[in-house]
Amino acid sequence: MKKILGILGLLIFICFATWMMAEESFISPFNTQNLIRRSAEFGIISIGAAFVIITAGIDLSIGSVICLVGCLLPWMLVEHQMPVPVALLLVAGISLTIGLSHGLLITKARLQPFVVTLCGLLFYRGLTRGIVHDQTQGFQGGFSGLRTLATGQVPIPSTDYNIPNPCLILVVVAILAIILLNCTVYGRYMLAIGRNETAARFSGINTDRVIILAYVICALLSGLGGMIFVLDVGSAQPVDFGNFYELYAIAGAVLGGCSLRGGEGTIIGVVIGAAVMQVLKNTITLVDQIPTNIEYAVIGAVILGGVVTDEMVKRFAAKRRAMMAKNQD
Amino acid sequence: MTDHSAVPFVQVRGLTKRFSGVSALKNVSLSIERGEVHAVIGENGAGKSTLMKILAGVQRQDEGEILLDGVPIRLNGVEQALEQGIALIHQELNLADNLDVGSNIFLGREPKKFGFVKSDRIYREATQFLNMVGLEISPRTLVSSLTIGVQQMVEIAKALSVNARILIMDEPTSSLSQSETEELFRVIANLKSQGVTIIYISHRLFEIETIADRVTILRDGENAGILSKDEISHDSMVEAMVGRDISKFYARKSYTQNKTQLHVKSVRTQSWPQHTIDLKVKAGEMVGIAGLVGAGRTELLRAIFGVDKALSGSIFVSGKELTSLNCRTAINAGIAMVPEDRKNEGLILETGMRNNIGLPGLDQHRKAWLFANTRREKADSERSTQQMRIKTSSDSQQVRYLSGGNQQKVVIGKWLSMNPTVLLLDEPTRGVDIGAKQEIYRLMEELAAKGVAILFVSSEMEEVISMSDRVLVMHEGRISGELSRNDASEEAIMHLATGGRAAHPIEPKEDQ
Repeated sequence: MKKILGILGLLIFICFATWMMAEESFISPFNTQNLIRRSAEFGIISIGAAFVIITAGIDLSIGSVICLVGCLLPWMLVEHQMPVPVALLLVAGISLTIGLSHGLLITKARLQPFVVTLCGLLFYRGLTRGIVHDQTQGFQGGFSGLRTLATGQVPIPSTDYNIPNPCLILVVVAILAIILLNCTVYGRYMLAIGRNETAARFSGINTDRVIILAYVICALLSGLGGMIFVLDVGSAQPVDFGNFYELYAIAGAVLGGCSLRGGEGTIIGVVIGAAVMQVLKNTITLVDQIPTNIEYAVIGAVILGGVVTDEMVKRFAAKRRAMMAKNQD
Repeated sequence: MTDHSAVPFVQVRGLTKRFSGVSALKNVSLSIERGEVHAVIGENGAGKSTLMKILAGVQRQDEGEILLDGVPIRLNGVEQALEQGIALIHQELNLADNLDVGSNIFLGREPKKFGFVKSDRIYREATQFLNMVGLEISPRTLVSSLTIGVQQMVEIAKALSVNARILIMDEPTSSLSQSETEELFRVIANLKSQGVTIIYISHRLFEIETIADRVTILRDGENAGILSKDEISHDSMVEAMVGRDISKFYARKSYTQNKTQLHVKSVRTQSWPQHTIDLKVKAGEMVGIAGLVGAGRTELLRAIFGVDKALSGSIFVSGKELTSLNCRTAINAGIAMVPEDRKNEGLILETGMRNNIGLPGLDQHRKAWLFANTRREKADSERSTQQMRIKTSSDSQQVRYLSGGNQQKVVIGKWLSMNPTVLLLDEPTRGVDIGAKQEIYRLMEELAAKGVAILFVSSEMEEVISMSDRVLVMHEGRISGELSRNDASEEAIMHLATGGRAAHPIEPKEDQ
């Protein structure tokens, strides 16, 4: 809970500082809507990453899955003129298969998650480029109905502001994720496995199945993310679509309170963590004093700062607890 | 001032240490002569470990002083303690098992020339120290290829290499076999003759009877007496530790019923594939499995519970055969297991008691749509706390802060909510103090009285002999003999455990 408040505080602080420096351009309806849309899109893939990280795993292939889905969807719709439901089912099936194979390789073949998903990162991007021959895939102005899913928005009555659709999708995904993680048996198993897989096994938990589930969720959400990204942008270049997005997803999860050691993390924290990253990017674009080419340096520094602060707060709290106990004595 | 005969070698006066308000040590004194083997005993939580950590410079005392040869010394950190010649050999070994023996002995103090390690000198000198502890292995041997017993000796050699005059050994025999323990005692005797002072901490009282010159007893962080050589006896030590009469400690009735509850038929484990194992446990019966470390006892329990897959064979619970040999099937059939290593296998240390206790039952008690039944979990946790008398401030307090005894109770409590019909326990009282031990025994009895079949592995002779209705002895992967309650004696068990033949060969028994 404290962690969520901490990261929320950071988000508010960055928003406020940007508002002070960039003034009108930050809070304009156009900018806020774009920002919220981007944040929501990254929030979705961060939630996927969080599930894997909570089971003490990692998924480096998120960006390449986004690329695969993002290029294949317009390719199937435009180039092969498949019906929309068929194309959607196909990309969902592809994502599911990817997650399943990651999970199986990690649990049954006992390979390390880092290695399996690193190979995935290379494989899916290469596969995409091969399938579409490095050609940019786009909707060419069509499919406006389907694209509303990502580009549309719901107006907030009696204001100039609107809620972008991806934000609504994020809310649904986040609520489902919160329920899954905190209220269901499987969520409890994930937390238990992340902390101590052996003890979980001795408690009769089918740990393999739970871990596979985490990778499936991650791949499915990556696929959903890839779909929303491409519907939003309108086209995807197989060479760099979704490049580095896995790092944004992982960073969002870590900033949001997930420990890479596993067993820790909240969905709300992760969503806010993902938003912090997007606001930062926006800040760098809007504030003239910050040169845009140091974008990555700023983001890296903020994540590091966040993690260090969290660690210091933890130590301070432990020390204070010890002191208070001593005084009571 | 330097008259050694008048002043004790090590003197501890009025030592007090508090942890978050709780006093771990209250005004403790200790006096040790040069070259003696001085045992420090007490229940878990009596303050032994804290006292040793302070002596070894790992922790600082709040009050009190430590004198060496009558001179007060300050111990800020392990290096300062080592400078004074005090070395602590931890219960858990601290060797880097990917390095060889010589490198381990000189780890962090490698002799160097122009920044390069002088390996020839390391190996030459390491050999000397290895000889001092009676080891004739090459210093180039990889630590990971050594048995735990030999690793322990290497650890002692390492301490000697820094000229330790006082060796503190914290439960050195907890993972040693009988012969390794004897070897350790020979080394201790040898070191003693060379003038090394040894502070020896152990739960195993018979060891202390064998090697200690004097015994200091701690109880609840305070001095509870000191015994001289001729006063040391099992009963006197137990009485001083517990501070209560122990005559009723092990008394128990038999609750054995006629029905066979667990039947293990021709099971082969992965570690001993050449032997098949057959055994039966009746409802309400307590069967102890004795044997030396490495005899395949733990492997057998793990195979029955299904965490390690058995290579072949079948298991029947209440006459019904398990459809497959895995953990889930075993649990659903009513088998529960308290594993040997509670910190890694039994508990999720960073989680609270409630979640630990609820874990095995989550699936069985789940509500619609896979929702966890948190109310049921809370009720189970409360019931187990009461039944096991677990002492904790709240059911969400991380279990790593609990004492060993209370942690073990949580592991057992985990399974009570599943209402097991067969309970497997692997070293149920290892590292647990006498009070908690009694409660674990009482609970085992209660469960037996309810008709639960209990199969337990123990390396403590007294425990096996007094708790079992029947003792199975294992030797190198097979059951080498069976002893009835009346025939079970330490000698008979040791005879079978070391590969001797049973006085009465086991005859296949028919079900009544």
